[in-house]
Amino acid sequence: MKLADIRRPENIVSCKPRLMNDKNMHYCPGCSHGVVHKIISEVIEDLGMEDIAIGIAPVGCAVFAYNYIDIDWIEAAHGRAPAVATAAKRLNPDKMVFTYQGDGDMAAIGTSETLHAANRGENIAMIFINNGIYGMTGGQMAPTTLEGMKTSTTPYGRRVDLNGHPLNITALMAQLPGTCYVTRQSVHTPAAVRKAKSAIAKAFKNSMEGRGTSLVEIVSTCSSGWKMSPDASNKWMEQNMFPAYPPGDIKDVTLNEEK
Amino acid sequence: MTSEKKSINDSMEDEVRLMKGNEAIAHAAIRYGVDGYFGYPITPQSEILETLEAEMPWETTGMVVLQAESEVAAINMVYGGAATGKAVMTSSSSPGVSLMQEGFSYIAAGELPALVVNVMRGGPGLGTIHPSQADYFQSVKGGGHGDYHFIVLAPASVQEMADFVGLGFDLAFKYRTPALILADGIVGQMMEKVVLPPFRPRRTEEEIRRQCPWAVTGKTADRKQNVMTTLELDSYKMEENNERYQRTYKEICRNEVRYQEYMTEDAEYLFVAFGSIARICQKCIENAREQGIKIGLLRPITLWPFAYDRLGELSKQVKGMLVVELNAGQMIEDVRLSLKRDIPVRHFGRMGGIVPNPSEVLEAFKREFIQEK
Amino acid sequence: MAKFIGAVEINKDRCKGCDLCVVACPCDVLSLEPKYVNDRGYHYAFDKNPDACIGCAACATVCPDACIAVYRMVNPDYKPNDK
Repeated sequence: MKLADIRRPENIVSCKPRLMNDKNMHYCPGCSHGVVHKIISEVIEDLGMEDIAIGIAPVGCAVFAYNYIDIDWIEAAHGRAPAVATAAKRLNPDKMVFTYQGDGDMAAIGTSETLHAANRGENIAMIFINNGIYGMTGGQMAPTTLEGMKTSTTPYGRRVDLNGHPLNITALMAQLPGTCYVTRQSVHTPAAVRKAKSAIAKAFKNSMEGRGTSLVEIVSTCSSGWKMSPDASNKWMEQNMFPAYPPGDIKDVTLNEEK
Repeated sequence: MTSEKKSINDSMEDEVRLMKGNEAIAHAAIRYGVDGYFGYPITPQSEILETLEAEMPWETTGMVVLQAESEVAAINMVYGGAATGKAVMTSSSSPGVSLMQEGFSYIAAGELPALVVNVMRGGPGLGTIHPSQADYFQSVKGGGHGDYHFIVLAPASVQEMADFVGLGFDLAFKYRTPALILADGIVGQMMEKVVLPPFRPRRTEEEIRRQCPWAVTGKTADRKQNVMTTLELDSYKMEENNERYQRTYKEICRNEVRYQEYMTEDAEYLFVAFGSIARICQKCIENAREQGIKIGLLRPITLWPFAYDRLGELSKQVKGMLVVELNAGQMIEDVRLSLKRDIPVRHFGRMGGIVPNPSEVLEAFKREFIQEK
Repeated sequence: MAKFIGAVEINKDRCKGCDLCVVACPCDVLSLEPKYVNDRGYHYAFDKNPDACIGCAACATVCPDACIAVYRMVNPDYKPNDK
């Protein structure tokens, strides 16, 4: 069997999603952002939401998300994506509005907007990339930086007495009655990617069904910030990030409805 | 507050009502067909949000009204709503407006039509809840980062509070530039007769797509993606963006300067004042003329763009100008920039929420221009 | 003999040589080009062992830059009793 015989259009099982354009992404090699962009594109295609999707991009590494996924976007000021999304959704209830935020955007400068949007039960989905570090500005401490973890602003490791505790904002969000679905996922293995994709699909559907706010945290890596290879970063994440931020569903009101 | 609900078809164009300036803003917004209001309570303008919540326009016109968790959130809601092509607004007072400045800069950079109302109170800091005009610099010189302008409208009556909502949105959409109603606590709180504008329907989705082809409304097959962003790392492109903003601002300066004159034809001296204090100056002029002192008044209605040309003309006619403001002297800088002839330009202002009466203004005038001879 | 045979097609210009596909592949099909680099200076991934591919798409699933297309078909030579 020649390769050309296998490489026929009818045999394609996986390829670059149509909504992901041909621009080379600016992310570092192995960055989790790319995988999440890819599965967001796939979910929007699968659900036929291309013409109703409005993404709210953050400030951080994903500031240029709109350059790669071919839907309508609004680029928000740092931390304000949930406020921007609140108005976009309330004024356009027939649109699927989601935010895409990093740990600094969501859990430091934008904590107020994040918690209040969720507490109001805004019918939006939030995708939260948590890699415990500020990637874009060069590897400074994030609110989710682990205790003892080295960053450029905690060069000897995060100390609780100096820098406070890592903020588990996803656990906080799950306690709010406005959230309908709060889950923590990762994209470091094929199985994890498939689960994360289902979670994002559920979050996007929830937003159109008026169930309230959905939050999908993706525990992610930052090879450049962590100063490791992408593969070593994945292993470090499993060993160190997962104990603090364990993957799995934290809240899902749709399960109760089905019962 | 008594307001019976009227359907859109049942509007009475010359319906005279008695209400506060803040309430007039709220009613005018509903009637204009505003799509969304996002705000956070702060004295002395909370009646705007309160009136909107009491009127429940979401049940009549479909207008969204939301009490945000902060002014920071409110202005970013305005940014998000405006990015989808909707007519959206917020209101606040000085300390809250300071918090919004980052959002102002983004809205201006995004070339988004939107309306902000600042019912000024005394500062700096937490200051006082009493009226002031100390946010002139912040409003017309840019309070946020970067080179940008808001069209700034300064109402002097409850009627103008109502009228400037529509005017502000019309200008904002015409030029794709945000507008600011810069009121003071007096205009916000005082009750006067007002004729509210007629009801008009909110724009449909199709109308928005036609009027705002740039709006983030979901990428349909017939167009490319729309992205509302203010980020441009290519310096040459960023300079182009800035040049485009400046072209718009020049056009606004050419077309939209608004001011009102009172007894300037034979004036030997000129008061320059905006907002509520301009009305006190008007009374002062009447008193002065009884004493044979011929003073006129120029009241800038748009603070940006500013009436430089007309004031320059008047500088050739009058012997001196007194700029009367509820601040330490802010608009006086623009008045001095207007001069075409070297005449004395003096300032009289009260601060901290004090509002002078007409005789106090006249005394100040005499001190500056009569007794020094 | 496997029931499915597969093939990958890698957009080497888009690839950043992160190595995650190489690690994810269960059949050791992929490798990073040891010598040559693409226009952006990355040692891109390639199928050094194409016959081993079963078309499972693990590589494409974890690829952050969506540079891998995966094809899969039933092996015409497959017999159910083969081990």
